[in-house]
Amino acid sequence: MRALLTSPAVRLGLSVSVATGLYAVSFGALAVAAGLSTLQTCVLSLLMFTGGSQFAFIGTIAGGGAGSTAALAATLLGVRNAVYGVSMSALLRPRGWRRLLFAQVTIDESVAVASSRTDPLEERRGFWTAGLGVFTLWNIFTLVGALLGSAVGDTRAWGLDGAAVAAFLGLLWPRLRSREAGSIAVVCALATALATPFLPVGIPILVAAVVAVAWALWGPGEPRGNRPLRPTSSEVAAR
Amino acid sequence: MTMWIWIIVASLAAYVLKLTGYLVPERVLEHPRMARVTWVLTLGLLSALVVMNTFASGTALVADARVAAFVVAVVALVLRAPFLLVVVLGAAAAALTRALGWG
Repeated sequence: MRALLTSPAVRLGLSVSVATGLYAVSFGALAVAAGLSTLQTCVLSLLMFTGGSQFAFIGTIAGGGAGSTAALAATLLGVRNAVYGVSMSALLRPRGWRRLLFAQVTIDESVAVASSRTDPLEERRGFWTAGLGVFTLWNIFTLVGALLGSAVGDTRAWGLDGAAVAAFLGLLWPRLRSREAGSIAVVCALATALATPFLPVGIPILVAAVVAVAWALWGPGEPRGNRPLRPTSSEVAAR
Repeated sequence: MTMWIWIIVASLAAYVLKLTGYLVPERVLEHPRMARVTWVLTLGLLSALVVMNTFASGTALVADARVAAFVVAVVALVLRAPFLLVVVLGAAAAALTRALGWG
């Protein structure tokens, strides 16, 4: 127990859990403002449990997009978790049915904390502290946010749509670390804006996804093969 | 009711994606091209979501109180404010702008 309390990985995992858990309040409130019920909001946090996709889902619904479009946008944002799974599989080597448990808590935060350690025991502690810590607090604070959101009533008067803008910017910001990242963000932003008047609500997001894939396959820029796709702990701490 | 179906479908898809990483051979997903597509796709989608939530009103592009939230959030992020504070400031900016009678 003493070893656990003095473990840097456990401490980092706990602080990341508190910071991330708290921002589930904004997810809960925004989900209700977007028109989901409190139960639907909580089910998203329990089952989907990957912040970026959850925000994408409700962000699409809030603008009037269809459920199918929201599901597709959320799924595309979840693709990175598959790559995280490869990293964690190589790092932590889970076997058999245990992989089913590892999978559910494979998110930005747990991967970042595990990747920031060098000792195998610490990697494992970091992964589980951040994974289970975020899972617990994320779900508790989602409920708190949903109840607050329901109590608020007129969400526009409270600026909740402005909160959504800030939330997406906050998710995007730590990723804008190179000139190419900035260029991609601008090009996809323009594609979305240009497509908005001509396509059903929500679809412009998928247009941006197509533009992004085209850029990745045929566009300018350095191949990123040498850089493993993991959020750094400073990116996560920035939240 | 249909919303429930999409919530379950999207949640299942999210879980299958997470599990895929543990089941497929490493070389498939660690392929440089795959890593690059994933990186660019995440950036592109988040950027699109910023634009949609800031400027889209149905299929129209409008500049309303949300633009104030955008500007304040950028300033807060430049000043390295934590995520939660950025969100609260964004809400405050939009609410205040509306209270002053715009958007």
